[in-house]
Amino acid sequence: MNDQYILAIETSCDETAAAIIRNGTEIVSNIVASQIDSQKRFGGVVPEVASRHHVEQITIVIEEALEKANMQPSDLTAVAVTEGPGLVGALLIGINAAKAFAFAHGLPLIPVHHIAGHIYANALVEPMEFPLLALVVSGGHTELVLMKEHGSFEVIGETRDDAAGEAYDKVARVLNMPYPGGPHIDRLAQEAKEGIDFPRAWLEENSYDFSFSGLKSAVINYKHNMDQRGEEIDPQKVAKGFQDSVVEVLTTKTLRAAREFNVKQVIAAGGVSANKGLRTSLEQVFEKEQIPFIVPPLKLCTDNAAMIGAAASYMYVAGVRGDLAMNGLPGKELKSWI
Amino acid sequence: MIWLGIETSNSPLSIAIVKDGQVVEEIVQNENLTHSVTVMPKIEELFQKAKLKPVDIDAIAVSEGPGSYTGLRIGVTIAKTLAWTLKKPLVGVSSLQVLAANGQDFNGVICALFDARRQNVYTAVFHGTTIEPIIEDHHSSIEGLLEQLQELNMPVLFVGLDIDIFKEKIVAQLGDQASFAPSSLALPRGAHLIELAQKQPLPSVEAVNSFIPQYHRITEAEANWIKDQKKGQ
Ligand SMILES: [Zn+2]
Repeated sequence: MNDQYILAIETSCDETAAAIIRNGTEIVSNIVASQIDSQKRFGGVVPEVASRHHVEQITIVIEEALEKANMQPSDLTAVAVTEGPGLVGALLIGINAAKAFAFAHGLPLIPVHHIAGHIYANALVEPMEFPLLALVVSGGHTELVLMKEHGSFEVIGETRDDAAGEAYDKVARVLNMPYPGGPHIDRLAQEAKEGIDFPRAWLEENSYDFSFSGLKSAVINYKHNMDQRGEEIDPQKVAKGFQDSVVEVLTTKTLRAAREFNVKQVIAAGGVSANKGLRTSLEQVFEKEQIPFIVPPLKLCTDNAAMIGAAASYMYVAGVRGDLAMNGLPGKELKSWI
Repeated sequence: MIWLGIETSNSPLSIAIVKDGQVVEEIVQNENLTHSVTVMPKIEELFQKAKLKPVDIDAIAVSEGPGSYTGLRIGVTIAKTLAWTLKKPLVGVSSLQVLAANGQDFNGVICALFDARRQNVYTAVFHGTTIEPIIEDHHSSIEGLLEQLQELNMPVLFVGLDIDIFKEKIVAQLGDQASFAPSSLALPRGAHLIELAQKQPLPSVEAVNSFIPQYHRITEAEANWIKDQKKGQ
């Protein structure tokens, strides 16, 4: 059997990325051009700025992925690209580059869901065991996804307001921390001895959904009250109080779902899964529960194209194909491909 | 020598294939469809009709701006990716110049413009026969443009889909000095784009990676950021 090589492209937010994946499990090359230094000054990702950077970087990043892999377009099996969700203007750059490249070399196209990509980052670490539960946490997403086999996705819970990463960024702003705020809050929380007691949003008893806007408001109100009393807030205490609330809710709901669906593997994915507080909590809980728990290395947690290539590899085998009329789908829902 | 031309700078779409100075295929359409969906299938269709393969092209021309930011990026991304991966030179042409070419042989100057909202335009003024720029591509208030044109004191032909939006103002200020190209000349053409590109020296293949659209405006976020920096000083 010939080896399968997939060139994958990802431009859904503020990273321009390309990768080549062999047989769905091995990274041959993985290139990411981050815009964070440019976006930092705006305190968040500005879509128009993101799109402009993607156009500047796109061919450079694909070229580097091919060069690092020492491969020619003729060595490739297919071209994969993130179809959505994401910033529409940003998605369009990757999609049109992928379509032009596929047309130039007569290669099949594979449209990949960004969240499926995050989950399949794990296929690059260890074989996936089903049923599997994935907690996807990032600046744009907070979702619990149940997978019964390859290509089957059931979203059993999701955020009703802010994504966890979004709440992190907003609280970081309250604490006057630079963007992106997640790593700063994580560090402060680790250093703190005690935290402020902020509320936990459990929602209805059986719900696997999340809500972080109430917690965010509680932090803002706390700061406001302290300001009015002329008292200084202790950023460590606030950070720990906030992080403890987020981590406890995420961990508890993930554990409850893992038990209910009797899963063989739990996966954490997305940028926030790089958070030490969250990783440690999940590791401890699932070690006790004796369910294998996997988090990909940091480089595969944040947005990258290797994860898109990993998902695409299984989609290719299942016969999923895109065409030259493919469009960016900013609100694309996660659907099974089998 | 075979050229592919891609023009998606605003809502119309035009693609052309020119072989040894002859137009082999050209489409010009104004269906207000999403470029992201239509451009690549149209390119494929044109290649099939012309019985050509992607590797057969020798050079690519693209409208580089100004225009709709998303439209420009779709055209430039496709042109750039094709040129880079096929190792062919990529030539950018002002989208205003491409439009002005529709009025060629006008006895005076040709003013091409696109609506930039809030009574602003992207515009440039070209020599009526050579289509060489007299006033370069820029972003301007409609009033500012009309004052510049008045000072030129030459007959002006306005071209573009958006001239209707400003017609009253133009007539009020310029009177008989102004005339308007008919709607049959309002859509930019890929064949003109290639013609204009052929007048330029061919850039190196290595230059493709750094090719970017000419927006002629910084983003609002950057403008605000610069303002804040100045305030802080
Ligand atoms: Zn992501």
